[in-house]
Amino acid sequence: MTTNLVEINNLTFNREERCIYNNISLSIPKGKVTAIMGPSGIGKTTLLRLMGGQLKPSKGEILFAGHDIPKLSRTALYEIRKRMSMLFQSGALFTDMSVYENVAFPIREHSKLPESIIEKMVMMKLEVVGLRGAMHLKPSELSGGMARRAALARAIALDPELIMYDEPFAGQDPISMGVIVRLIRDLNDALGLTSVVVSHDVPEVMSIADYIYIIADEKIIGQGTPEQIYAQESPLVQQFIKGEHDGPVAFHYPATDYKSELMGEGS
Amino acid sequence: MSKKIELMVGLFVALGIAAFLALAIKVADAGIQGNGESYQLHAKFDNIGGLKVRSAVKVGGVVVGRISSIRLDSEDYTPIVTLDIFTKYDNFSETTSLSILTAGLLGEQYIGLDPGFMDEELGIEILQPGDYIEDTKPAIVLEELIGQFLFSQDSDN
Amino acid sequence: MLEKIQGLGQLSISILGGLGRAVLILLSAIAHLPNFRKGFPLFVGQLYAIGVLSLIIIMVSGTFIGMVLALQGYTVLVDYGAEGSLGPMVALSLLRELGPVVTALLFAGRAGSALTAEIGLMKATEQLSSLEMMAVDPLRRVIAPRFWAGFFSMPLLAAIFSILGIFGAHLVGVEWLGVDRGTFWSVMQADVDLRDIINGTIKSLAFAFVVTWIAVYKGYNCIPTSEGISRATTSSVVQASLMVLGLDFILTAIMFT
Repeated sequence: MTTNLVEINNLTFNREERCIYNNISLSIPKGKVTAIMGPSGIGKTTLLRLMGGQLKPSKGEILFAGHDIPKLSRTALYEIRKRMSMLFQSGALFTDMSVYENVAFPIREHSKLPESIIEKMVMMKLEVVGLRGAMHLKPSELSGGMARRAALARAIALDPELIMYDEPFAGQDPISMGVIVRLIRDLNDALGLTSVVVSHDVPEVMSIADYIYIIADEKIIGQGTPEQIYAQESPLVQQFIKGEHDGPVAFHYPATDYKSELMGEGS
Repeated sequence: MSKKIELMVGLFVALGIAAFLALAIKVADAGIQGNGESYQLHAKFDNIGGLKVRSAVKVGGVVVGRISSIRLDSEDYTPIVTLDIFTKYDNFSETTSLSILTAGLLGEQYIGLDPGFMDEELGIEILQPGDYIEDTKPAIVLEELIGQFLFSQDSDN
Repeated sequence: MLEKIQGLGQLSISILGGLGRAVLILLSAIAHLPNFRKGFPLFVGQLYAIGVLSLIIIMVSGTFIGMVLALQGYTVLVDYGAEGSLGPMVALSLLRELGPVVTALLFAGRAGSALTAEIGLMKATEQLSSLEMMAVDPLRRVIAPRFWAGFFSMPLLAAIFSILGIFGAHLVGVEWLGVDRGTFWSVMQADVDLRDIINGTIKSLAFAFVVTWIAVYKGYNCIPTSEGISRATTSSVVQASLMVLGLDFILTAIMFT
């Protein structure tokens, strides 16, 4: 059994009055790609934000390398965040800087390295994602897939231990999807990273994840390696991975009785 | 950070500071007169008209001080005006008289100071800080002036 | 009835909550004095975006308002033969009121709205979040330099506004309408006090504080959608303008009575 970089124990999280997570526990093993899947709108991104300390849970603990994230002081939290990194769905590149400046940004912020070394580091990161030729472009001149790769180069600029991907495959054409799938796997293995991928794209996740959690209805409804997930009998899991339109997760948003509302008899 | 931006910002700051200096020197005329050292004199008036705190005290049109406070005597209810006179004008005699004048027809009111004469044999000395100036003429109130005019017209007929 | 009371309660809580968040943002922006090596270039960059880019509108409006004041003042004063007082009238109106107030209003429209929209868009595109995740405090990196640049720019802009206004009045009053040049300046110099300039600058600093504070708060606290940003921008300008006018009354009452 490998050690776990992140452990989440008995986590409960409410947003205003709506319950997002009800007493869930999961662990992210070191050096592996762990995927968190589930239908849209169940707060997968929220889970990443909780792990990054941007949100505070109502109950439970989130351990990152032994530190309980919600209980850390502001300074300690900022210190811990230097060891993790997050790839946002939109890329979140700084629009007023070139690709090169974007990647150099975290290095400049957190180190006092001379410019010549920063330049070499940025070149290496850009080479990994294949954008060395695009380094003088502005984010507005990049395609969606390129922007995400540039953001990935920025995310790995400081060689973090943990990298969190928020919907890395959403809205990508098949080619850039393939590029990103390969990048996530290669970076994980080559740099010895620990990766967390939040996504609802079943085939891509199945192809790269070492371990998968499926979340729905405030709880974890299934977990295991891709093979174990395929073999699960839970109808909810089956509906999700096969993409059936109706099942335990209903097609209809909870509503009053259709007939009576149409006839104007509803309250 | 490009050179152009730094240059523009430098120009902007220089322009702003220049504007401040221009305001201070050209518009407020600070430094030449300023609010330097001053000493206080008091005076009782029957009526101060439209006199205000910070109104000017002038000798022959030259500003020699400003009014620092106006209050009412608690016993006989006449206004007491305190004047801040610049220290460089420090030898007004005791016969100095004050009158409340108006700059132009509708301008601000100010105190005109008439230095009077000095005669040590008669025991007339220089005003010391804190002294009262005895000889004061009240402000002219337009209504009273018109009243007097009408009255004298009546008596003429 | 009960619902109305509940609504009132909800409103008060949300207003108080907003005020609390605004104060927190302000405190962290002020308390986190940016470290000089990294902070100063950011401050200079914002000085450009906020100050230099507002310069044109301030200079043009200052000159024209001075010219209009001279024209209007002259037609009234000349009836009483008091056109000699044109200088102090224009200078005092500009230094005490119009300089600080009009600069603040123009600033709210020109720079404040841009600040709100920029910060709001940074929030909507997750740039603020991503700064946080990169262990860079967005309050220090994004908010603080903008706040200080606004605070620093406004008094400079107001002084430029006033001096150009007086210049414009000189142009119309002396060069065009024929007020005596000597009278214009000497009466102005006799009536304007250094205290007027200091009070005007204090006003300007107070307005700078309020306008930039509202602008950065509205941006930082906006709902990160296109509609949310547009609303935040509008309310930033509206609230800043109202606050400036209200504050001006209070400051005038304290300073000039």
